Amino acid sequence: MSRLLSKMEVDRRLIGLAFVLLIIWVGFDIASGGRFITPRNIFNLSVQTASVAVMACGMVLIIVTRHIDLSVGAILGVLAMIMGVVQTDFLPQFLDYNHPMTWALTLLIGIAVGAAIGGIQGLAVGYLGVPAFIVTLGGLLVWRGSAWWVTQGRTVAPLDQNFILLGGGIEGTIGATWSWIVAAVAIVAIIYVAIMDRRRRLAFDFPVKPIWAEYTNTIVKAGLVLAVITTLNAYHLPTRAAERILENKGIPVTPENIEISHGIAIPLLIVALVAIVLTVVVKRTRFGRYIFAIGGNPQAAELAGINVKRMTVAVFALMGVLCAISAAISSARLQSAGNDLGTLDELRVIAAVVIGGTSLAGGVGTIYGALIGALVMQSLQSGMALLGVDTSLQSIVIGLVLVLAVFSDKYFHRRYSDPTA
Amino acid sequence: MPDMNDTNTDKNPLVEMRDIHVSFGGVKAVDGVSIDLYPGEVVGVLGHNGAGKSTLIKILSGAYQADTGQIVVDGKEAKIENARDARDNNIETIYQNLALADNLDATQNLFLGREFVDKFGFLDDAAMEHKAREVLHRLNPNFKKFTSPVSALSGGQRQSVAIARALLFEARVLIMDEPCAALGVHETKMVCELINKLKHDGLGILLISHDLHDVFDLSDRLHVMKNGKLVGSVRTEDVTHDDVLGMIILGKMPEHLLHLAGPGATNATNTQTSETPL
Repeated sequence: MSRLLSKMEVDRRLIGLAFVLLIIWVGFDIASGGRFITPRNIFNLSVQTASVAVMACGMVLIIVTRHIDLSVGAILGVLAMIMGVVQTDFLPQFLDYNHPMTWALTLLIGIAVGAAIGGIQGLAVGYLGVPAFIVTLGGLLVWRGSAWWVTQGRTVAPLDQNFILLGGGIEGTIGATWSWIVAAVAIVAIIYVAIMDRRRRLAFDFPVKPIWAEYTNTIVKAGLVLAVITTLNAYHLPTRAAERILENKGIPVTPENIEISHGIAIPLLIVALVAIVLTVVVKRTRFGRYIFAIGGNPQAAELAGINVKRMTVAVFALMGVLCAISAAISSARLQSAGNDLGTLDELRVIAAVVIGGTSLAGGVGTIYGALIGALVMQSLQSGMALLGVDTSLQSIVIGLVLVLAVFSDKYFHRRYSDPTA
Repeated sequence: MPDMNDTNTDKNPLVEMRDIHVSFGGVKAVDGVSIDLYPGEVVGVLGHNGAGKSTLIKILSGAYQADTGQIVVDGKEAKIENARDARDNNIETIYQNLALADNLDATQNLFLGREFVDKFGFLDDAAMEHKAREVLHRLNPNFKKFTSPVSALSGGQRQSVAIARALLFEARVLIMDEPCAALGVHETKMVCELINKLKHDGLGILLISHDLHDVFDLSDRLHVMKNGKLVGSVRTEDVTHDDVLGMIILGKMPEHLLHLAGPGATNATNTQTSETPL
């Protein structure tokens, strides 16, 4: 089995994680009498995970460069407040309420401020040499306090109608047709990348995976895409919401057309986009290569001519940008921005990243691992909520799972990793 | 120059360091040292820990800067302020800790800081691996692990990667800090063969070591340092192990070579030898 996997060049850690996720899902499904693995719950999971998942992608890069960011939850809070005020108080001075540009301008301003906040913290870490733990611990307090100052503690609501689509919800999805189109594009891309990679290796006469392994890999990936999209499309809008939509369009309601699919939620689409872009950055650009080089041996990176200080600023600024995207998702989902938004998110994000196989010692980590880590965390939480487990007990279980995950990863890695592989 | 009676006098030195001074907070780490290196020559820089040899070499490789002194490359004065400047002068350094990123594979390490990119600015991994295979095959035909992290490689294989990294970018001067530290017998032999091969290709190689045995057989000449000063520069064929040990430990030039003594040599009149200076 293990030889088979290595021939297929599959990340064993990924298999382990997927297996853990499967056990959690099946376990909760049995315990809840079949209420966990349903289109409705999977859809909700995808929306609930999105905010933490986006930040986890950035946290991978931070931790790979041997730093940490404890301030992401607080940055999310202050950015959500700023974006809230921008779209409800600032932009309406120039644009109409619910103007189609409002959401985009709001998000852009949020991203710019996020990059600035992250950049400032990066400067303190990179150029002033203050440990990231301290800088971002200070940041946690500073930005959470700032979130209160934006409106003197007042919650900002209601938000722009287009902006709240970023949070999912009944209208914040792309529907069945577009979901199928996304699936088709994804599958074509999977096949294209596999073919191009193989061609390139063959052109240079490098060893390639056996052809059956290529087929298996591609079929598994494409199958997963199809399974996810089918599930999300199988979740229909509540009857009353569907009726309202049809009435607004002036279409008579019939038993057939009342079944309107949710499809992919916009926050899930954002997660996918962020993850794909960052994976390309990590694997295919100098920036990504240098992040890992710095994590592996900062001295070597410096000697190789990499500007480690500037890279540190860039990585923290990128984290700030992702906090802005997460802030948009979570405030849009609640349709309001309160100054306690994102509280304790730093811990959820770090836990997701660590469960996803990123080493706190730096140099090792993957984006997809962090995504699955985030999904594991959220599945545990949602599953326990579904079973009516006390919130206090939920915290205890999640805390224990985090420690167990890191222990088992270390244990199995030491035991089964082949140093010559 | 301390040593001009060299077989290479017809050629120009690849590199000269002239009258280099460096102090760290009042401590004179390097105090008026001059050394040189010719093409196709292996030169050892010897001295105890703290003798100043590593500091001296780090000035050449751009990690430190001299307070005063000149670096001359190919007869022209060169300004070396960082690792990149050193590279631009075809000077490559292979550090004691090997300066490899353990989590990256051999190819990624070889090209670190100088990756090939395609027309869109994306890394061209296949082209880099192709070149890496070519270079490493020349150095070490048995090398196979191009895509495993270098942490999975043996000490000798890691040295191969580090040396290949230097060669890939047309180094003419190779600085090797403790090249055989932490290597087994077999691997040490491999690295020695490698050094001889590079020497025949016309590279100038500076070997830094505190262990005489590592470098004696490999080197054509030796520069010995003590307390930040040059004890002297000698041709390996003119001296014995004991002569060199005397230079390292006592700062004393062998009697028959006293005319080559550097500023760091113990004053001959104060030594225990009854010989008068030549």
